[in-house]
Amino acid sequence: MTTDGSGRRYSSLIEAIGHTPLVEIPRFCPNPRVKLLVKLEGVNPTGSVKDRVARYMIEGLEAAGRLKGDSIVLEPSSGNTGIALAMICRLRGWPLTVVMPANVTRERRQMLDIYGAAVVESPAELGSNGAVALARQMAADDPRFVMPDQYANPLNPLAHYETTAPEIIADCPEIDAFVAGLGTGGTLTGVGRRLREHSPDVRIYAAEPMPGEMVQGLRSLEDGFVPEIFDPSVVDGKFLVTTAESIEALRRLTSLEGIFAGVSSGGVLVVASRVAEQMESGTVVALLADGGWKYLSEDVWSRDLEHESMEALNLW
Amino acid sequence: MTRVRIPPVLRTQVNGQKEVEAAGSTVGEVMHDLIARYPAMGEQLMAADGGLHRFVNVYLNGQDVRYMQLLETPVAERDALIILPAMAGGR
Repeated sequence: MTTDGSGRRYSSLIEAIGHTPLVEIPRFCPNPRVKLLVKLEGVNPTGSVKDRVARYMIEGLEAAGRLKGDSIVLEPSSGNTGIALAMICRLRGWPLTVVMPANVTRERRQMLDIYGAAVVESPAELGSNGAVALARQMAADDPRFVMPDQYANPLNPLAHYETTAPEIIADCPEIDAFVAGLGTGGTLTGVGRRLREHSPDVRIYAAEPMPGEMVQGLRSLEDGFVPEIFDPSVVDGKFLVTTAESIEALRRLTSLEGIFAGVSSGGVLVVASRVAEQMESGTVVALLADGGWKYLSEDVWSRDLEHESMEALNLW
Repeated sequence: MTRVRIPPVLRTQVNGQKEVEAAGSTVGEVMHDLIARYPAMGEQLMAADGGLHRFVNVYLNGQDVRYMQLLETPVAERDALIILPAMAGGR
């Protein structure tokens, strides 16, 4: 082992966001002529890629003068964004309320409690849609609430355009394909745009969770939702991945490469494997949004994958 | 015939079935056959301009047809279509 003598020093935890490792996973990669690398966003201070987004959004609200006196930051989040905002709001001195579906894993609630954020539950069967709708209603009813709004805030993709993508390009200029999960669309839109400028031939692929029956409680299609910031023109292909497939990939990742990642990372790797299989040769980068810590209570490394109750959980 | 999976929000239009069958050699043909069998699906699935409704996603063997050839995407005999409402994801 060698060291350049620096572990990197920062003036605050917020400054320590980003600079995440890019790691080759040759044992996991199904095509020996393709190099598959994963960007470990779980190494961020609160354990997910959302630290980057939360920082940009809070700094943006502060710079615009929208946070003042009795302001309360309010955000719909099933976990990672809320936790990232909670750390940053604690350091910056803003109270935070997170609206979250009632079926998220225990650890996510615990982390928000630890950081002192208030939690409002939205109905589990309405999924993230329900959390977004409730938060937007609360903000409309009470002017103290200020919403960063990760689904509509252009600073979300900008965080990835200005930080995530340049790190990937610096570490892997030969990149041919990029794979990430689709949630708000911020990662795919921001990283995708920057990678296209780097090389117009880079292919961008999205992994999307197959929603369980339990979280499809829409009253009508008009309750549907397409995030405002997602730019579909950046994406070359979008694939549905089931929770069972995601968890199977996650287990193989841990056993073959020693990497302990969250459930959405398994879905991203299912898609990255498909992309790698279809390539003659080249380099694929997959973004793993978080580590496995916040999913331990759901036993995803040992439970029966055929069990239907898994689809009722909010694991992505 | 192609198997088409119906999301909970659209099941009342197909007599409560979770999965139905429809015929066609492209995604568009399968969708139109589906609407011929279950006319109430028509305005739910398609926009006034004949394209897919904005809040409807259609997947052929798990891949979103909006990133393939949309309604022109070829469908083979044993392929499976999944219809899903566009929903918020992310954390």
